[in-house]
Amino acid sequence: MNTIEKEISNLKSSLLTMFLLVEGQWEKGANAIVNYDQDIAEEISSSENRINAQELKIDSDCENIIALHAPVAVDLRFILSARKINHALEHIADIAESIAKYVADHDVPYDKEIMTKTRINEMLEIFNAMMDCVVEAFENEDPSIARRVFKKDKLINKINSDSPQIIIDNINNYDKNMLLYLLSSIRKIERAADSLKKIAEEIIYHLEANIVKHKKNG
Amino acid sequence: MKYKLEAKNIDVFYGELKALNNINIGIMENAVTALIGPSGCGKSTFLRLFNRMNDYIDSFKLNGEIFIDNKNIYDKSILVDELRKNVGMVFQKPNPFPKSIFENVAYGLKIQGIKDKEFIKTRVKDALQQAALWDEVKDDLNKSALALSGGQQQRVCIARALAVEPSIILMDEPTSALDPIATAKVEKLIHTLKEKYTIIIVTHNMQQAGRISDYTAFFYMGDLIECDKTDTIFTNPKKERTENYITGRFG
Repeated sequence: MNTIEKEISNLKSSLLTMFLLVEGQWEKGANAIVNYDQDIAEEISSSENRINAQELKIDSDCENIIALHAPVAVDLRFILSARKINHALEHIADIAESIAKYVADHDVPYDKEIMTKTRINEMLEIFNAMMDCVVEAFENEDPSIARRVFKKDKLINKINSDSPQIIIDNINNYDKNMLLYLLSSIRKIERAADSLKKIAEEIIYHLEANIVKHKKNG
Repeated sequence: MKYKLEAKNIDVFYGELKALNNINIGIMENAVTALIGPSGCGKSTFLRLFNRMNDYIDSFKLNGEIFIDNKNIYDKSILVDELRKNVGMVFQKPNPFPKSIFENVAYGLKIQGIKDKEFIKTRVKDALQQAALWDEVKDDLNKSALALSGGQQQRVCIARALAVEPSIILMDEPTSALDPIATAKVEKLIHTLKEKYTIIIVTHNMQQAGRISDYTAFFYMGDLIECDKTDTIFTNPKKERTENYITGRFG
């Protein structure tokens, strides 16, 4: 293994750690919503610091590799995509924290019935499956696994686009404040899923030099 | 843009050794083309085909055709001296003659039989200006070229090549003996010269190829593996061997 290969291997390990931290953060966020667990919601804030520190470390590692090793071709593509994946993961962690914030700050849990109607639980399950795909695709350097994310993202988009009407239809049946926060959480999950889709696109770019961003990706 | 030079079905032998194997490539006019590859891959042999420098090697044998401006330069009707007026060359180590700066740059003109002193003076000045050296040496033209720094000596050699007004410049690792400051000056110069000249450069410095060339050709063991726009070669090479070489995963 030459020096740049070692640096890239270390960077990949750091990014995998970031994946795992963010995956854990997301699980906490989802649990906080589904089970109305205020303790978990509090815990999320403390682990956010570790994720922020890891983000800065990965950014700095990318800068050093570019400055000291002048990567080209597949190495360059990896560094460029690593930076974007890093920022996308940090964004997902921020969203996990913000959706859990409702649970930490409000005493009215999301109503189970409206949760079922809006399909937010299904949305979270699809999101977890997307997360599994990107972690596996990144770890095994397999673009075909990354591609599975695109179809799942469309399902999430559909749930998101259906949700405002469901909320309107039920506006007088539940606590209005709770409904608005629920809608906001659905929107945020959709944005987090978009970030996962971007990560999948970056994995494909790294491995195939194929830019799928802004294309209809099935 | 059009092809200034073309190699068609080129095989080169040194005795029994086949140094180049069926090379086909077009070199764009007014562009910089970098030839890269490990030592012994045939890139310098290929470069020297364009000014017929390999002709001096007894065991050299060529199959195929090399065209400059659509003329086969290995045709019997071609006068090699005339060819070399059109194809200048700069070597790895600066090799000024033990003469003054002026005499070095005027050398090619004088051996062409040009005697008009004013004409020669104008050409020397133009060549030194094009080589970005005029301002540094204009008051010392009678000083020995050997007294200059390495980077200045290399630019004297470039000026010497430019003075006879070629249309093509071949460069064989022109900055490998220079420090980073002199290298930067020569690279800047190459970038400027391509407006007027077609430049082919052999380099072992991948970053240099990336910085200065428009096209890059990768040679390996006598084969041309891949030739493409430089940004494509350095971001998304099509061949695995190219990627392995430029990322340093060879051998």
